[in-house]
Amino acid sequence: MKADFQIWRGNASGGKFETYSTEIAEGMVVLDAVHQIQAAHANDLAVRWNCKAGKCGSCSAEINGIPKLMCMTRLSELPLNKPVLLQPMKAFPLIKDLVTDVSWNFTVKKKIKKFKPRPPDAQDGTWRMLQQDIDRVQEFRKCIECFLCQDVCHVLREHQLHAAFIGPRFLVHVAALEMHPLDIEDRVEELKKANGIGYCNITKCCTTVCPEDITITDNAIIPLKERVADRFYDPLKKLFRIFRSINK
Amino acid sequence: MSSFDTYNYDVLVIGAGGAGLRAAIEATANGVSVALICKSLLGKAHTVMAEGGIAAALSNVDERDNWRVHFADTMRGGQYLNDWRMAELHAKEAPDRVRELEAWGALFDRTKDGRILQRNFGGHKYPRLAHVGDRTGLEMIRTLQDHGIHQGIDVHMECTIINLLKDGERVAGALGYEREKGQFKLFRAKAIVIATGGIGRAYKITSNSWEYTGDGHSLAYHAGAELMDMEFVQFHPTGMVWPPSVRGILVTEGVRGEGGILLNREHKRFMFNEIPELYRLQTADNEEEGWKYTQGDRLAKRPPELLTRDHVARCIVREIKEGRGSPHNGVFLDISWIKTKIPNAAEHIKKKLPSMYHQFKKLADIDITKEAMEVGPTTHYMMGGIRVNADTQMSTVPGLFAAGEAAAGLHGANRLGGNSLSDLLVFGKRAGEFAARFAKENSQGVIDDRKVEAFVQQALEPFERTAGDNPFQVQYDLQDAMQDLVGIVRKEDELVKAMHELKKLRERFSKVRVIGNREYNTGWHTALDLQHLLTVSEAITRAAIERKESRGAHFREDHPQKDEHSGNCNLIIVKGEDGQMLVKRMPLRDMRPDLIQIIDEMK
Repeated sequence: MKADFQIWRGNASGGKFETYSTEIAEGMVVLDAVHQIQAAHANDLAVRWNCKAGKCGSCSAEINGIPKLMCMTRLSELPLNKPVLLQPMKAFPLIKDLVTDVSWNFTVKKKIKKFKPRPPDAQDGTWRMLQQDIDRVQEFRKCIECFLCQDVCHVLREHQLHAAFIGPRFLVHVAALEMHPLDIEDRVEELKKANGIGYCNITKCCTTVCPEDITITDNAIIPLKERVADRFYDPLKKLFRIFRSINK
Repeated sequence: MSSFDTYNYDVLVIGAGGAGLRAAIEATANGVSVALICKSLLGKAHTVMAEGGIAAALSNVDERDNWRVHFADTMRGGQYLNDWRMAELHAKEAPDRVRELEAWGALFDRTKDGRILQRNFGGHKYPRLAHVGDRTGLEMIRTLQDHGIHQGIDVHMECTIINLLKDGERVAGALGYEREKGQFKLFRAKAIVIATGGIGRAYKITSNSWEYTGDGHSLAYHAGAELMDMEFVQFHPTGMVWPPSVRGILVTEGVRGEGGILLNREHKRFMFNEIPELYRLQTADNEEEGWKYTQGDRLAKRPPELLTRDHVARCIVREIKEGRGSPHNGVFLDISWIKTKIPNAAEHIKKKLPSMYHQFKKLADIDITKEAMEVGPTTHYMMGGIRVNADTQMSTVPGLFAAGEAAAGLHGANRLGGNSLSDLLVFGKRAGEFAARFAKENSQGVIDDRKVEAFVQQALEPFERTAGDNPFQVQYDLQDAMQDLVGIVRKEDELVKAMHELKKLRERFSKVRVIGNREYNTGWHTALDLQHLLTVSEAITRAAIERKESRGAHFREDHPQKDEHSGNCNLIIVKGEDGQMLVKRMPLRDMRPDLIQIIDEMK
């Protein structure tokens, strides 16, 4: 059986959808089809991939308009009576074909204050942590940095507020640091100002597309918003802060 | 003259997986300027795929464990062809390297008293693998990445090195291209660390991603460095076999560590049929004892499923060859059976092996908590690599260092699961430290511009051809040849045939044609990777012909026994004066008496 694929071909200066037809077999994923097309019909087709097992987060694209990993999307999940539409992620500048420039993400991460542990608990320089105290952070650390959550987030995708908002991926990153049992750094002020957490209006699109099933909004973003609200918008604390600054 | 950007660094680290990142971090900590070259984006290297854990004798779970036991286990697993000094350093330093990751933010699974939990793995006497479910590699690479980005390392992402440049005997720099625009980059460096990982893409069925084309092995070889142990390619016993598109994707040994068993189509646990002499005293002879071992019974012996990977892979091949395989030419790996042993087994499996559960559910429609998986061997790891000094990790070329999978020595004829991640950390750190020292003690070498120009022209040749093969097709044909002729079970006539095939493939490579322009052109990238694949494939085949015995991962059907007379040596691959590849035998170094004593005590 053959299936058709409409793949975006082009770079920042322009391009168009090209249709390719390729033989499909049981169990194939979208990335397999792209590889077949690349090897047989379009040697210069640009696509990122590495592990092909949903662990590295390289092959992010938009499949029939939905942000997904190409290696984890089986053709059997898609309607094949019409062409499968493959586009690059929209929230980032296009490099070529299915490859986008995601370097902004790496710049953002570098600006977030790094992990800072408390002094070791034991003589030998090690710490003690209970499993139940790290379960939540381990959920956040499952993130494979595919940036699909960034791609789907309307603050970045529609409003292009990359300068003011770090996006769901990095709110998860901050949450992993803030809720790490050993970490003693304070990132709450950054969250409010530089990270722009207020831009998130909890539409939960990021949670929906996360291939690692991280409960981004409920478990990471909302608790961080609570910390910001608690620090900056609690009326009693606000009064206390004014009082303290007068006394200084 | 072609145009390219030029960069100057003290230390250039090629490869950004565990070893490269750890080397870059260490070199920067030693106060030199460092560049880190990633073939992909940062954090996507193959380390991310490692599942089971990091082997280190922390003795958190079993206090009988210590570096001596780990050392003896590693040497036994490598059939004593390992560089014993590397095995010693590795066993001694791995615990500190793991604790260091925790200090940098890694969150390993915990013991009940809040320390780092350790799990059982093949060939390790005690539970030794620090882990995070079955995504340990992700935890490790992310920890190193997030620590590294604050150390002032210059990261060059999506950049591939195609040639090393020398000044006389010593290394002086490297030439590469960046994928986005296809522009060349010239790196001048006082010292270079190769941390490019493996060669899995030389085979059709592999757990490795597109990046693993033996670049570092080949770059070093062509720069005059010696390669060693190239005949030892590890075929991991458990890769996925169905559906066809996922063939080769890894199924962690952790499944067996958690109690998973191997069954043939007759539903028989065939691993009990043959237990190698070297392991007879440590292996259970009944199913109940094996189960108890996986559940932490300290008096129980390990089940035969947890024998070394070379042995398990061969047993699986035998079952399949003799007609007792599963429907899709594999065998069954069953973890679901533990529901007869423990309550809430399904939840337990999902907690301990979350990505395996996810992977099979998503890609094969199999619920591993309810049914058995189908698995078969997959090309996984290269024990062989660049020959290095055990302490400094410097190769035979001054200023050229290597660490991790690209370096040889630690694993001998077969690597134990879990010893790779610890290898990356221990020797990544050492390579970074000694490369920094070399850079401080030496000035920058001189690079001959004409050489650079010649390499650039050579790299661009495929664009100028109007006829010739498609690079993908040449790569596929090479993978078929290596899979069929230089695979798990080898024999002389097939290996000789492989040499002929490689010669023909080399001719086709010299004529490959690339369409389009230099911008992110995967066809061009594949064409340039081919030269490395051809070099490492030839090295593997030549060494496999030369070793006329069976040992560790190298199995010769025509010489099925170990030969203590001819086999107790390492095979060295080096480029001869006339450009021919030479194979030399190097006798094993005499082991230090105190280490011999450890091995004798642990027998």
